[in-house]
Amino acid sequence: MPADNDHETIGSTDTTVTTQEAGSRRGQRDAAGVALAGVDHQPGAAKPDAILVADNIVRQFGGLRAVDVDHIEIQRGAITALIGPNGAGKTTFFNLLTGFDQPDEGTWSFGGRSLKGVAAHKVARMGMVRTFQLTKALSKLTVIENMRLGATGQKGENVFTALFRGLWGAQEREITERADDLLARFKLDTKREDFAGSLSGGQRKLLEMARALMVGPEMVMLDEPMAGVNPALTQSLLGHVKDLREDGMTVLFVEHDMDMVRDISDWVLVMAQGKVIAEGPPDAVMGDQRVIDAYLGSHHDAPLTEEDEQLVLAEAEEALERERAEAEKENQ
Amino acid sequence: MDWTRIIVNALEASVGLQTVVFALAAIGLNVHVGYTGLLNFGQSGFLAVAAYGLAVTVATFDLPMWLGIIIGLAAAVVLALLLGIPTLRLRADYLAIVTIAAAEIIRLTVRSVTFEETFGGSDGRQAFAAGFYNLNPYPVNEYNIGRFGFNERQMWILTVGWILVGLSCLVVYLLMRSPWGRVLKAIREDEDAVRSLGKNVYAYKMQSLIIGGVLGCLGGFIYALGQASIQPDIFGTDTTFFAYTILILGGAARVGAPVVGAMIFWVILSLSDNILNEAIDAGYISPKVIATAEVGQVRFMIVGLLLMLLMIFRPQGIFGDRREIALDAR
Ligand SMILES: Nc1ncnc2c1ncn2[C@@H]1O[C@H](COP(=O)(O)OP(=O)(O)OP(=O)(O)O)[C@@H](O)[C@H]1O
Ligand SMILES: [Mg+2]
Repeated sequence: MPADNDHETIGSTDTTVTTQEAGSRRGQRDAAGVALAGVDHQPGAAKPDAILVADNIVRQFGGLRAVDVDHIEIQRGAITALIGPNGAGKTTFFNLLTGFDQPDEGTWSFGGRSLKGVAAHKVARMGMVRTFQLTKALSKLTVIENMRLGATGQKGENVFTALFRGLWGAQEREITERADDLLARFKLDTKREDFAGSLSGGQRKLLEMARALMVGPEMVMLDEPMAGVNPALTQSLLGHVKDLREDGMTVLFVEHDMDMVRDISDWVLVMAQGKVIAEGPPDAVMGDQRVIDAYLGSHHDAPLTEEDEQLVLAEAEEALERERAEAEKENQ
Repeated sequence: MDWTRIIVNALEASVGLQTVVFALAAIGLNVHVGYTGLLNFGQSGFLAVAAYGLAVTVATFDLPMWLGIIIGLAAAVVLALLLGIPTLRLRADYLAIVTIAAAEIIRLTVRSVTFEETFGGSDGRQAFAAGFYNLNPYPVNEYNIGRFGFNERQMWILTVGWILVGLSCLVVYLLMRSPWGRVLKAIREDEDAVRSLGKNVYAYKMQSLIIGGVLGCLGGFIYALGQASIQPDIFGTDTTFFAYTILILGGAARVGAPVVGAMIFWVILSLSDNILNEAIDAGYISPKVIATAEVGQVRFMIVGLLLMLLMIFRPQGIFGDRREIALDAR
């Protein structure tokens, strides 16, 4: 989704949560805000309680340096947004951090433990779970089976114990209960027995997020979780993301919709051409000239000035004229 | 035309040795392809190592049958490891290439002149099944209902064979309803999603490859004991592709599908073979159109034709779920 709602349209969005809920969420947000208050608004700023720290991460695709991040820290218990234009390297950076791709250089750690060379499934087990920009619903599994799959430490996932339901039946029931709760929260309970492949695009996004939560992660990394989700549901999803922070989870998410970023994030990282070019609280970042230049201002969707428009029009007419002339020449 | 004979032959084919052998091969293949999405094009290799493991142990080295069976099973596990270790981390197509090549390497090795003393070259191995038939509880007799029936040796191998088919189906059923089976099916759909949920995809794929290989290799034992003789060329690529045909007929990722698929496959072959031969003998079909010697090929054409019709009218196979096929179109 292009950033067509740029900095001018940023405004507060109404949320449909009750005042009490909103109050407690605000409390949590304030906590995260206070913790981040003294932090520099500079790329690579040190955080008081960083859960994820990355240094010198470089990923090269042929001649293209898709990711080239000097240093970043992600605050524990906060919601951090990662924004940047298309092709900035956000998804690639996610892939590197979560073990789905290996960087050419760099070190990074999660909760103090180095993740360099750690396989993707181990990263997930350590408590850092990601979702995908291109949704990965497991089509021929039902929605509830998708959810159950997310649970970790399942006895029945061992090939020998799998043979005897007695050994894993009770655990399966617990898992199912937890899955049903989450499905209800994500408004997917009516789809419980449907194949995941039959869900709509937005529903798949929801399912993927709910499934990631089944892992019981300490940190979730969401790659454009709201893309294709309708506005009403987006609001409730935003509520869920805030609830995650409430539960002490750390959230890092990629998003192009600035309203949303401003609404829920405590901190914003801006990437452009592989580098982190700015960071800070949403308001500060969105007013930052570097960000406007690199991201919002130079965007191809930026409205044209009248002069530009006239120029483009003239060029187009000229081209048409030329074609007409050529066609006539050929006819003769 | 002798319709009774045609029908009796078809009935015997429906429970006969070939059906048992290919049901087992396809049950194993179903674990690979149907449930896990592992493209194994070398299932015949698993049958070969089991059959040769048994035959060579007994016929060449004069060791007891039970040891031969253990060696055959171990060989299937080793083969799965050899195939899996280099390929399971790579994209799915690599496994396909490696398995088809490996199965051919096995066949060409056991038929080579160099190892003729061990494997028997193109003649294969005989005289290794006595131990098995010594255990036969059926007294010497013909066991018939009308013209349908088997002798005591056939009864014994078919009894053992169908017990193995039943047990294999039970194991697959128990595994696939469990969380372990759920992980396999999820891997078939999208490996990365499964990884992102903290599952060691590589280990699961390896387990699947071993289990499917071992189940399939049981077909190799049954074939070897049933024929009391093996030749390398039985374990060519045809065998693998018959198993695939059977799997598609029955419907992938269904427990009983390989069994019913195998029955249908061999019944169709038996029916077309007998009907064509009788029709030629009776003069209904001119030998100029189909000569008796060509019947063997024509019956496979018929199977192919039926398979095409099945794909058009029932793409999910006999047991498959139409809803799943509809998902592929999305
Ligand atoms: N596997 C790959 N091979 C080659 N180039 C790649 C590969 N993956 C990504 N790239 C390139 O790296 C750059 C960053 O891509 P990435 O997907 O990380 O962008 P993004 O910030 O997630 O963009 P978007 O907002 O559109 O999702 C792009 O220029 C892309 O073409
Ligand atoms: Mg992206």
